[in-house]
Amino acid sequence: MTLTSATTAPTRTERPIKQVHLAAHFPGVNNTTVWRDSNQASQIAFSSFRHFAQNAERGKFDFLFLAEGLRLREHKGLIHDLDVVGRPNTLAVLAGIAAVTEHIGLVGTLSTTFNEPYELARQLASLDQISLGRAGWNIVTTSDAFHGENFRRGAYLDRGDRYTRAEEFVEVARRLWDAWAPDAITADKATGEFLAADALGHVDHHGPQFDVTGFATLPRSPQGSPVIVQAGDSADGRDFASRTAEVIFSLHSGFEDGQAFYSDVKGRLAAVGRHRDSLKILPAATFILGDTEADARERSRETALLQVSPQTAIAFLEQVWGTDLGGYDPDGPLPDIDPVTSDEGVTRGRVRHGADPAVIAKGWRELAEAEGLSIRDLVIRFAAKHTFVGTPVQVAETINRYVQEDASDGFVIVGSTNPTGLDEFVDHVIPELQERGVYRTDYEPGATLRQTLGLPV
Amino acid sequence: MTARFHLGIALDGAGWHPAAWREPDARPDELFDLAYWVDLVQIAESAGIDLVTFEDAFGLQSAGFGGVDDRRDEVRGRLDALLLATAIAPHTTRIGLVPTVTTTHTEPFHVGTATATLDYVSEGWGGWRVQVSGRAHEAAHVGRRSFLALDPAAVVAGTDPAQTALIEELFGEAADTVEVARRLWDSWEDHAVIRDVPTGRFLDRDKVHYIDFAGDSFTVKGPSITPRPPQGQPVVFALAHQKVPYELATAAADIVGITPKDDAHLGRILGELADAAKVVIRTAPEPLRVWSEAVVLIEDSREEAQAVLARLDAVHKATYTSDTVILADTAANVAAQLLAWQAAGLDGVRLRPARLPADLVRISTEVVPLLAAAGVLDRPADAATLRARLGLGVPENRYATPQPTANDLIGSARS
Ligand SMILES: Cc1cc2nc3c(=O)[nH]c(=O)nc-3n(C[C@H](O)[C@H](O)[C@H](O)COP(=O)(O)O)c2cc1C
Repeated sequence: MTLTSATTAPTRTERPIKQVHLAAHFPGVNNTTVWRDSNQASQIAFSSFRHFAQNAERGKFDFLFLAEGLRLREHKGLIHDLDVVGRPNTLAVLAGIAAVTEHIGLVGTLSTTFNEPYELARQLASLDQISLGRAGWNIVTTSDAFHGENFRRGAYLDRGDRYTRAEEFVEVARRLWDAWAPDAITADKATGEFLAADALGHVDHHGPQFDVTGFATLPRSPQGSPVIVQAGDSADGRDFASRTAEVIFSLHSGFEDGQAFYSDVKGRLAAVGRHRDSLKILPAATFILGDTEADARERSRETALLQVSPQTAIAFLEQVWGTDLGGYDPDGPLPDIDPVTSDEGVTRGRVRHGADPAVIAKGWRELAEAEGLSIRDLVIRFAAKHTFVGTPVQVAETINRYVQEDASDGFVIVGSTNPTGLDEFVDHVIPELQERGVYRTDYEPGATLRQTLGLPV
Repeated sequence: MTARFHLGIALDGAGWHPAAWREPDARPDELFDLAYWVDLVQIAESAGIDLVTFEDAFGLQSAGFGGVDDRRDEVRGRLDALLLATAIAPHTTRIGLVPTVTTTHTEPFHVGTATATLDYVSEGWGGWRVQVSGRAHEAAHVGRRSFLALDPAAVVAGTDPAQTALIEELFGEAADTVEVARRLWDSWEDHAVIRDVPTGRFLDRDKVHYIDFAGDSFTVKGPSITPRPPQGQPVVFALAHQKVPYELATAAADIVGITPKDDAHLGRILGELADAAKVVIRTAPEPLRVWSEAVVLIEDSREEAQAVLARLDAVHKATYTSDTVILADTAANVAAQLLAWQAAGLDGVRLRPARLPADLVRISTEVVPLLAAAGVLDRPADAATLRARLGLGVPENRYATPQPTANDLIGSARS
C-alpha cells in the first residue's frame, strides 16, 4: 500500500514513493544469536561470511554491516561466557568478502579512538579500491579504560573529547582521500610519465588532535571516498551525524519513536546546508516470519526463549542491579532488593545507556507485577523483543509503512542465526517489497555504494 | 632425508626494476585492481611456488631514504598489503600469502587480529612479513614522535650511536609486536568454544587468556578478540641486513630473508646469524629457516638478460641497484645459483621478479621445472597449510592447560 493516491488525499502534498534501503547485519557477538540452534555455524569461519554476504547480495541489500568490539566483554570481573564470543578483524574480513561479492556495500565499524587517521584512511581507501567503490565506515567513538588496555593510546578519552577527535579524524581522512587528483595515474609507457604533474596533494594538517603531514599512498577510489555511517545516539552524536554522516544506524525501531528521531535528525540538516536525502536513517530491526501471524508469534516466543537462557536472564538483570543475583530463580519474580550503583557497572565492553539503575529497576518491578512477568519474561521483553513478527506480507507492509511515513529510510536487519538467519527474509520478504515497487530488483551495474544508497555523489 | 628447498616470490608493483612498468606486457594502470594481483598469484600457485609476499610501507615509495622524492617516472602508490592478501585469499587454495605489515606505527592488537583473520580467510595459508618504518616522513604521518633521518650506511657501519639507538628502538618495538601477536594468537586455546546448553555457556572462559604484555612502548592486555587461527600461528618472515635485525629474526621469526652479494658475503652473514643465536633467546616455536633473496631477470642467454637490464637502466636513466644480488641470466644459471644455495644449507629463496609478469612467468615455466628435476622441491603432497608445506609444525599453545594423560587419571584414581 502506498500513499501516493492523489484522489484520496487531495490535501496532502504529493510525495514520490520512497525506495526502501536495507542493510544486512552479520550476527556476531551478542546474546540474540541463537548459538544453540542446529543451523548455527562458526561466526569466525570465512565460509560463514561468504554465505551471509552472498545471500544478502541475492536479496539486493544495499550493504552488509559488521559491528566491532575491541575487547572481550566481562561480567562480574570475568570474561562473559554466555553469548557468542570472538570475531575477526573487521577490515581484513571485509577485504575477503569483497573478493566473493560484486555489488553489495561493505560497511565496517571502526573506532576513531583506537586508530590513527593516516593508517585507517589508507586501509579504507584500499578496501574501496579492492571492492571497486563499495566501502563504508561506521564511525564509532567507543572509548573507555576497558578497551584502552589493548592499545597504545591506553586508557581513556573523555566523552566530550570523543566526538572532537572523531570529527577531526574524519576531516583528516577526507583530505587524504582527496589528495590525489582524479586522473593522477597516467601510466604512459611511451613518455615514461607514471604520475601526472602536480597529481599528489600534500596533506599538512595541524589540529588539536592530530598532526598529519605527508602524501597519501593511494589514488582516488572509484567512489572517491567510503560512505560514512554513524551510530551514536547522544545530542553530540546527532550533531556529528548531521554534519558528517551519510547513513545513521539507529536504535529507534519503534514507529512513533522512529518518526521523532527521523524528524529530529533530518531537521538538523538544513542548518548545515545539507539536503534531506543526503542522510539515510536505518534503525536496527529483527524479524520472525510465519505462515500465519499466530505461527510467527509462536516462533517468536520459541526463539526468544533460546535467546534468553535462564543464565542470560539473570546476567541481564545483574547489569542493572549491579550485584550478584545468582540465587534468584529466572522463572520467579524480580528481586525486591535495590540496585547497587557503581561507576563501573558489572558488565564491561557493552554500550551502556546511562539511565539511573534505581529508576530502571523500579519501572521493571512495576511492569512485572502488573503483567505477572517472571525474570526471564521481562528480560525477553527488553533483550529479545523482535521488531517485526508476522507473515512475509505483513512484515513487508510494515517496513514499507515505516519508510513511506518517515519513521526510517529502511532498516539494518539482523537474523537470529548465523550465517543463514537472513535466508528466509530474502526468500520471502524481499519479493513482497519488490512486488510493491519499493525495492530494487537488481543492482545498477557498476554502482558504487553511494550510488546504491541513492546518496548525492 | 630428501633435500628440501622452498620458493617464495616477492610481488611489488610492476616488478622490482623501476622501469619495469614500461615493458610491453606490464599492466601499470591496473596496479590498484584486485584482478591484476589475483592473476599474478595464480601464476605462482599453478607453478607450485610455496608463498608470495606483498611489499608495503607506511608511506609513499621513494628512491631515497630522506623523504618523498618528486620522481614521476616510477610506480607510486600501493594498496594496503594485508587487505590485498586477504582479498586474494578466496581466489587461491594452496599458496602462502605473506603481506608486509609495518610495526612501528601500527597497533599491535590490530596486527594480531588482522594477521589471524588473513589466516582464517585463506584457511591456513597466512603469513606476515614484519617490517619497521624508519623513515622520518612516515613518522610525520602519525605525528606522535619525530625521527632522525635513517642513514642505512651509518647503520650498517655501526659508527653513529644515534643511528644505532634508533635501529635498536625500532627493532625492539618490532620484536615486542611479534611477541604480542604470537601471544594473541595463542590467547584462545583450541576448544574454548563449548556451546554447553545446560549451563548456558558458549565459551569455556578458562581456555581464554589475558596476555598482559608490558613493553617499553606499549602494553596489551588481551585476550585477542579473534580465536586462534587455523595454523595456530601464521608464518612470520623477517628480512634482515645487519646485526640488530639478525637478532630480531633469530629471536622471533620463522623465516629470515638474507641478502648475500656473493659466496663470501653469504659466509659472513651465516656467521653473524650464528652470533645472534648466541645472544638472544629464541621465542619462536621452531628452528629458524634461512632464505636468500635475489632479484631475477631471465632471458634465453646471459647476454640478452644483461642487455635487457642495461636497456631498462637506460630507460630509467639510472643504474638499478639492490640490497641483494641481481641475477640477470638464463633460467639454467638462476636455477644453478639456487641449487648452490640449497647445497650451502639454505632453506629457500625469495625471488624478486625484475619485471611483472615476465620474470614471474619465466621463473614458473623454466626455473621451477629445473629445480624439480634436481629433486629439491619435494613437498608433503597433502599439506593443508603453509606451515605444513614449509615443514613447520603446529606450535604448541603456550597457554594450553595440559590435558590429563591416562597415567595421571590412573594416578589420581588411586590416591
Ligand atoms: C545501533 C548502534 C550500534 C553500535 N554499534 C557499535 C559497535 O559495533 N561497536 C562499538 O564500539 N560501538 C558501537 N556503538 C556505540 C556508538 O557508536 C557510540 O560510540 C556510543 O554510543 C557513544 O556515543 P553516543 O554518546 O553518541 O551515543 C553503537 C551504537 C548504536 C546506537
